[in-house]
Amino acid sequence: MYSSLRLTFCSENKNYGKNNRIMEKKITVALAGNPNSGKTTIFNMLTGARQHVGNYPGVTVEKKEGLCKYKGYEITVVDLPGTYSLSAYSIEELVARNFIIDEHPDVVVDIIDASNIERNLYLATQLIEMNVPLVLAFNMSDIAERRGLRFDIEQLSMLLEAPIVSTVGNKGKGKVELLDVVVETDQEGKIERTHKVSYGEEIEAELARIEELVAGKERLLSEKYGSRWLAVKLLEQDSDVTVNVHSQEVLDVVAASSKHLKTIFGEEPEIIIADRRYGFISGACEESVKSSVELRHTSSDVVDKVILNRVLGLPIFLLLMYLVFKLTFWVGDPLMGWTEGFFNWAADTVAGFWPVGAESALKSLLVDGIIGGVGGVLVFLPNILLLFLAIAILEDSGYMARAAFIMDRIMHKIGLHGKSFIPMLIGFGCSIPAIMATRVLENRRSRLTTIMVIPLMSCGARLPIYALIIPAFFARQWHGFILWLIYMIGIALAIICAKLLRATLFKGETTPFVMELPPYRIPTVKGTFIHMWERAWLYMKKAGTIILAISIVLWAATSYPKPGEESLAGLDKEQLQEAELTHSVAGRVGKVLEPAIRPLGFDWRIGTALIGALGAKEVFVAQMGIVYSLGEIDEGSEALRAKLQAEYSPLVGFCIMLFTLISAPCIATLAICRRETGSWGWALLQFFGLTLLAYVITLIVFQLGSLFIG
Amino acid sequence: MKNKQVIPLSMVKAGEKVRLVSVNAGQGLNKRLASMGLVPDVEITVVNNAHPGPFVIIVKDSKMMLGRGMAHKIMVI
Repeated sequence: MYSSLRLTFCSENKNYGKNNRIMEKKITVALAGNPNSGKTTIFNMLTGARQHVGNYPGVTVEKKEGLCKYKGYEITVVDLPGTYSLSAYSIEELVARNFIIDEHPDVVVDIIDASNIERNLYLATQLIEMNVPLVLAFNMSDIAERRGLRFDIEQLSMLLEAPIVSTVGNKGKGKVELLDVVVETDQEGKIERTHKVSYGEEIEAELARIEELVAGKERLLSEKYGSRWLAVKLLEQDSDVTVNVHSQEVLDVVAASSKHLKTIFGEEPEIIIADRRYGFISGACEESVKSSVELRHTSSDVVDKVILNRVLGLPIFLLLMYLVFKLTFWVGDPLMGWTEGFFNWAADTVAGFWPVGAESALKSLLVDGIIGGVGGVLVFLPNILLLFLAIAILEDSGYMARAAFIMDRIMHKIGLHGKSFIPMLIGFGCSIPAIMATRVLENRRSRLTTIMVIPLMSCGARLPIYALIIPAFFARQWHGFILWLIYMIGIALAIICAKLLRATLFKGETTPFVMELPPYRIPTVKGTFIHMWERAWLYMKKAGTIILAISIVLWAATSYPKPGEESLAGLDKEQLQEAELTHSVAGRVGKVLEPAIRPLGFDWRIGTALIGALGAKEVFVAQMGIVYSLGEIDEGSEALRAKLQAEYSPLVGFCIMLFTLISAPCIATLAICRRETGSWGWALLQFFGLTLLAYVITLIVFQLGSLFIG
Repeated sequence: MKNKQVIPLSMVKAGEKVRLVSVNAGQGLNKRLASMGLVPDVEITVVNNAHPGPFVIIVKDSKMMLGRGMAHKIMVI
């Protein structure tokens, strides 16, 4: 009766076409998996959404969601952070675990690097233990095949009690198969697994005792987690679960069991438990995975012999960094000419709407304020794109993790370790994702230190300043070198500051660390460009919003109030401009500041630009453009450079770069620092500390430089 | 094999294969290492051992980097 009714309903629907939303069933699918298992590529394959793929851990700490429609299902795909297990060891693991426990996703898909199956299945054993509806995606199955691995999928699937689908995420293979299995698994709902990992007689006996006790004493927790899982976690001394247990009796029994097991095995129970899980995996793999060759690391090993070489490693790293900056300038220069031409044309066209010689506030706002300000920043887009492209290639190829290795020697000396260097490298792009990437650091002191020094890694927003200043003051053959030098100064200062912080504010032991070195991969063109584009888009968005707003405010501040007509009589064009600027708000603020920045070689014009740079570093360029171009139509950066050259010495140019490199990070960085450290104290310390440092260093450089150069 | 002594991993030369006996680290780190495959009896191949600096080893098909301090605490045979 019911089925016939449903049939009629369905056939009726067909008449209205396929877009009927009433029939759509909504489900949530969580993607779990080890770092470097290609989880993000599967996420992109399923949702089409774009997200950054890096080879370092922690890139997907943020919860990412995407939508996918399939066979009448509306599937919300959630990308969990990449983790090796579901203990409470790191923030990522907790985030992933709590999502699965609290949000009850309808299906969990565990992405497994098929070429490294044993280690990857460890996470799967924990998901199996949590008794969630599970699908295993054997990703990068093409690489596994090339390495001579053959899987008996049917048998493995039976042993693990979860369906297995082969996928190749970066090539989009296995999408339909995966979705089919996901939908099927959702329909089946929860299953009781029979093959659970067995921990051996002794541990099982203790588990049974704890399980029985918690089922009675901690009813709420047992219902939430399942009593078996709860018992295992308690025996593993999982801190997050243990703090939620209120019954002293339970805690006593766990402690006694733990002690008992320790005397039997001579090891902490959690180690034995991990060992047994691996045993379970080995057992399953023994029967169903055939390996004809042992190849996984051969080609990577050869490359690593050179790249990680104790003598060659550091020079290769420095050379690569140098090439990145060289590329940014050499290839970027002609491209920059084109964008510049475009903005000149735009300025001319807009100005052309007004008759020659006519003055209008609107014209000035459009041409000088908006096109001059925003255009002045966007002109550097080619350089930014190239820098981001280079960083994306380094990340996707697996080199970044090696860079951490190489830098570890130096990092160790300053009380940090190689892992801190990854957020610092991202800092070359932008401080904000860099500060967020410090979440991979387990030790709070190390983390705070890293956050504090990240703004010293010269971010992409500072590049426009260098790109403006360097060609204005230095001969062509020195461009690459000066740029490289500026970046190196930043790195050196970061190292010194970190060392100081670790010796004073953040005293304490460094945590030893473990990190996976992923095999080298040739970055795909598509992937690399997606990553480059993502960051470039953020940059452009900033130009369109924050910088646009600041440009308008600064334009108004440099244009108003206007001096009285009578005071301008008899002045030539240059003097007129000067008089107007001096009278304006910006001019007055700059003048007030001048005595303070004079010893650095800066005049009040630079002072006003530095204030603008607080909002966003690249505004400095926009503001210099506005300050020097008021009343003029043509204001490409060549013209601005000529003016700078006429006004300042190369030493002042260098000091400008030095000051903007070191001084207070932008407002957005301040805000993110407050959020990540959890206090205004650290954020403000960073803000004022760095500004003070910038002042002192620039002062020394300018004063000494003036002595020697004259 | 039988006469071999238990030594810290940090003393193993590059290219040698050893078996893990125990890890004498803190509780959290112990668990972390175990989840990455460093469990008793597992085979470890030392790939890089350059003083000073981290260690590169291969465990269960994945290449890992350990801090030197860590390598001191891992006992192998």
